Amino acid sequence: MAYIIKGEMADWEVVLGLEVHCQVISNAKLFSGSSTEFGAEPNTQVSLVDAAMPGMLPVINQECVEQAVRTGLGLKAEINLRSVFDRKNYFYADLPQGYQISQLFHPIVGEGTIVLDLEDGESRSVGIERLHMEQDAGKSIHDQDPKRSYIDLNRSGVCLMEIVSKPDMRTPEEAGAFVLKLRSILRYLGTCDGNMEEGSMRADVNVSVRPVGETELRTRAEIKNVNSIRFIMQAIEHEAERQIDVYEAGGEVVQETRLYDANKNETRSMRSKEAAHDYRYFPDPDLLPLEISQELVDQLKAELPELPDDKKNRFINDLGLSPYDAGVLVAEKETAEFFERVADGHDAKQAANWVTGTLFATLNAKGIGIGESPVSSEALGELIGLISDNTISGRIAKDVFDIMMETDDSPAKIVEDKSLKQITDTGAIETIIDEVIASGPNQAEQFKGGNEKIIGWFVGQVMQKTQGKANPQAVNELLKKKLSE
Amino acid sequence: MGHLTDLNLAEARDGLTKGDFSSAELTGAYIDAMSAAQDLNAYITETPEIALQRAEASDVRRKAGDVAGPMDGIPVAVKDLFGTEGVLTTAASHILDGFKPTYESTVTANLRDGGAVMLGKTNLDEFAMGSANMTSYYGAVKNPWKGADGRDLVPGGSSGGSASAVAAHTAVAATGTDTGGSIRQPASFCGIVGMKPTYGRCSRWGVVAFASSLDQAGPLTRTVRDAAIMLGEMAGHDVKDSTSAPIAVPDFEAVLSGDVKGLKVGIPKEYALDGMPDEIAKLWQQGADWLKAAGAEVREISLPHTKYALPAYYIIAPAEASSNLARYDGVRYGLRVPGDTLDEMYENTRAEGFGDEVRRRILIGAYVLSVGFYDAYYLKAQRVRALIAQDFEKVFKEVDVILTPTAPSAAFGIGEKMDDPIAMYLNDVYTVPTSMAGLPGISIPGGLDSDGLPLGLHLIGKPFDEETVFRSAGVLEAAANFTATPGGV
Repeated sequence: MAYIIKGEMADWEVVLGLEVHCQVISNAKLFSGSSTEFGAEPNTQVSLVDAAMPGMLPVINQECVEQAVRTGLGLKAEINLRSVFDRKNYFYADLPQGYQISQLFHPIVGEGTIVLDLEDGESRSVGIERLHMEQDAGKSIHDQDPKRSYIDLNRSGVCLMEIVSKPDMRTPEEAGAFVLKLRSILRYLGTCDGNMEEGSMRADVNVSVRPVGETELRTRAEIKNVNSIRFIMQAIEHEAERQIDVYEAGGEVVQETRLYDANKNETRSMRSKEAAHDYRYFPDPDLLPLEISQELVDQLKAELPELPDDKKNRFINDLGLSPYDAGVLVAEKETAEFFERVADGHDAKQAANWVTGTLFATLNAKGIGIGESPVSSEALGELIGLISDNTISGRIAKDVFDIMMETDDSPAKIVEDKSLKQITDTGAIETIIDEVIASGPNQAEQFKGGNEKIIGWFVGQVMQKTQGKANPQAVNELLKKKLSE
Repeated sequence: MGHLTDLNLAEARDGLTKGDFSSAELTGAYIDAMSAAQDLNAYITETPEIALQRAEASDVRRKAGDVAGPMDGIPVAVKDLFGTEGVLTTAASHILDGFKPTYESTVTANLRDGGAVMLGKTNLDEFAMGSANMTSYYGAVKNPWKGADGRDLVPGGSSGGSASAVAAHTAVAATGTDTGGSIRQPASFCGIVGMKPTYGRCSRWGVVAFASSLDQAGPLTRTVRDAAIMLGEMAGHDVKDSTSAPIAVPDFEAVLSGDVKGLKVGIPKEYALDGMPDEIAKLWQQGADWLKAAGAEVREISLPHTKYALPAYYIIAPAEASSNLARYDGVRYGLRVPGDTLDEMYENTRAEGFGDEVRRRILIGAYVLSVGFYDAYYLKAQRVRALIAQDFEKVFKEVDVILTPTAPSAAFGIGEKMDDPIAMYLNDVYTVPTSMAGLPGISIPGGLDSDGLPLGLHLIGKPFDEETVFRSAGVLEAAANFTATPGGV
């Protein structure tokens, strides 16, 4: 849906690009053997290399390289068999080397594509410009002492992938969808946990505006380190309006880095281009160019897991799910896997309905994720099996499900213990129907007089007498037959 | 038998093997010599306790028949650019005040594992930036050779302390590092042998970095044989250095056959610079004649990009240095001069911690990497570097080894050339092209000038063909029969 901001002088559109920093899942750092585990005591995961002791040298961690290649393949991107690490030079206390090792001139991954799934069910392709590997910095802690800062180097040297989109997005919603979809792909690949709260995924947003119809890009502002999808969307809205105000007041937008303040809901200038660092990039002489073989790329490609877009297509084409249900189920890897286990050997559509309907609603009400669901995928599959083989009705199944949420009992045991088995014995149902018809002569007359809806009264009576266990289909058929006699 | 300190490495090894003396006796003699020669200022830190301890351990090993290698029990000096576990490591800079690493550089660890005994850490130009050992925070080093009028001379640099120590017989041999000539030029000035191996032959891990793409460790010794033995002990592939070559180390000593029949020796015409002193030109010719007399074929060759090597070097080396030295920021180790803000602390620390020459090179390096200058300076210098390497590649299809002088002069007086950095940089004019191409080069003493000061001859080899370099150097050494020693030795 078009996102056009009506100004005083023109209708404006926004042009958006994203740079997302993703912490790579690996046991060790990009250039040292130190652990990367989150939450350790400060400065306990620091090697001589991470602390930049004199004479220390970086050695590339092959696992990080493979993770970057996997990610590139997941983004349908070009993999560069030769890439080069560069030094980005600047001074800061949490940057022990005085430079960050990154890949400016020759990144490991080139152009690719990501398909966004939008709210209205539409999808839209956004270009990936590049992906490069780089070291993370340490952490400065400023609130422990009035005069001094404390430095934690645990994060120093951890491998990041910076994934840069093309300026292909035009609405805040698309930017949000980009981050969501990227996170989904990374989680499927197992290359980044995508946890924005812990900072393992951080986005910089490039925002510019232009009058509708203009084709040139105007000067952009870069909003740094926005740490949630909601904030990304809010920051864009406010930044776009700020820029439009500047233009409409006769001013010019300057290229600068801005910070989004979620509390005040505004962006503030961090530094302008004039005050920008000169990073004095040059190829790191401690490292040889990174050469990878086509065989490795082919092998990693063959080992890739099924990704959300492919899975969605399979759910639609092979399992007969609606595009909407398929989209909902594949968005999170954990949900998709849960669903596939539920559907294993059972009716897929029914499995989809249960997962996206009853299960989601119940989990939402409890405020827990699918990973903590008290009802396992296997148990839910079993429950669906009981419906399919007519052991219980769909209505009774809801009751069984509620009990499953509270106990560890299997659905079969619950059905047995509570005597919830469906009555499919037509003889037994017939006897009850005869009683019910006998107890409602008026209603029987009405039915005969053409009021077919009155049959609902009879069904209700039968269900009441059987505590809902009578097979609804059998009840309907027998009632119609008997009432018409 | 004369003094124990008069024995070269091979002789000392043989004496230890035969049991003529113990490592403790040999080491004791050197500790005394080191202490008696403190006027040279060759050492920043002397480590006699460590030396004796390691010497005694060596003697125990030898008694048990468990000799660790050819250098087991041999006392050596270590350039103070190598990180040494628990021992002050300064890079001759104020900024590393009090820095004692918790680690041992790979090269010195290799030596230590081979039983070599460390006598101490030798003086150098600050961060190995200099050609006269005048920029050390710990003061100038004197060359044991004296000027005709008795005046003090520089030992060359940056491995000036190591060269002075070996020439003065206060160490059997010493480690050095060479970025543009820092092993070979001081070897030439001090009348000893200095070998810079192929880039990647020795690990750079644990060695304080100056210019990463050029820095290479190597030995300073009294003879070619000693250099061959010692390089074998220093070298080897190291997974901790990504630029270290995964190539086996040959037995360099075994190649010293004394035979160069049919060897093709190139004489690069571009090295005959205007104003080359006659004595150096004559020695160069003499060197060619010696090789010819031994059966080698000598021919003129052309290395057309030679004249661009020095300017390109003085862009690339400072560029890398400006980045490599960013870690000396007062935050984690060494000197910290407080300030009210982080930036002020950086400024105070680095202004006080670095000497003039280091600051000059950091500024040059930062400048050539800046936006707007990067292409014109750094990138162009890298292209020149590639052309220089190509020059060598081409001629090495025709010749096996190249002969040049090591330095454009003999040792000069302490304090000279200090106000003219270009004149100082010209010291490395013959050695820098080799460094830019990553090739092995050796300097051996060829003779004396009219003032009685040593002059070096320089042999350059193909990548990882130190064997041919050593073999031809051995022949030159025998022909030159350089037996002169500085006064007092």
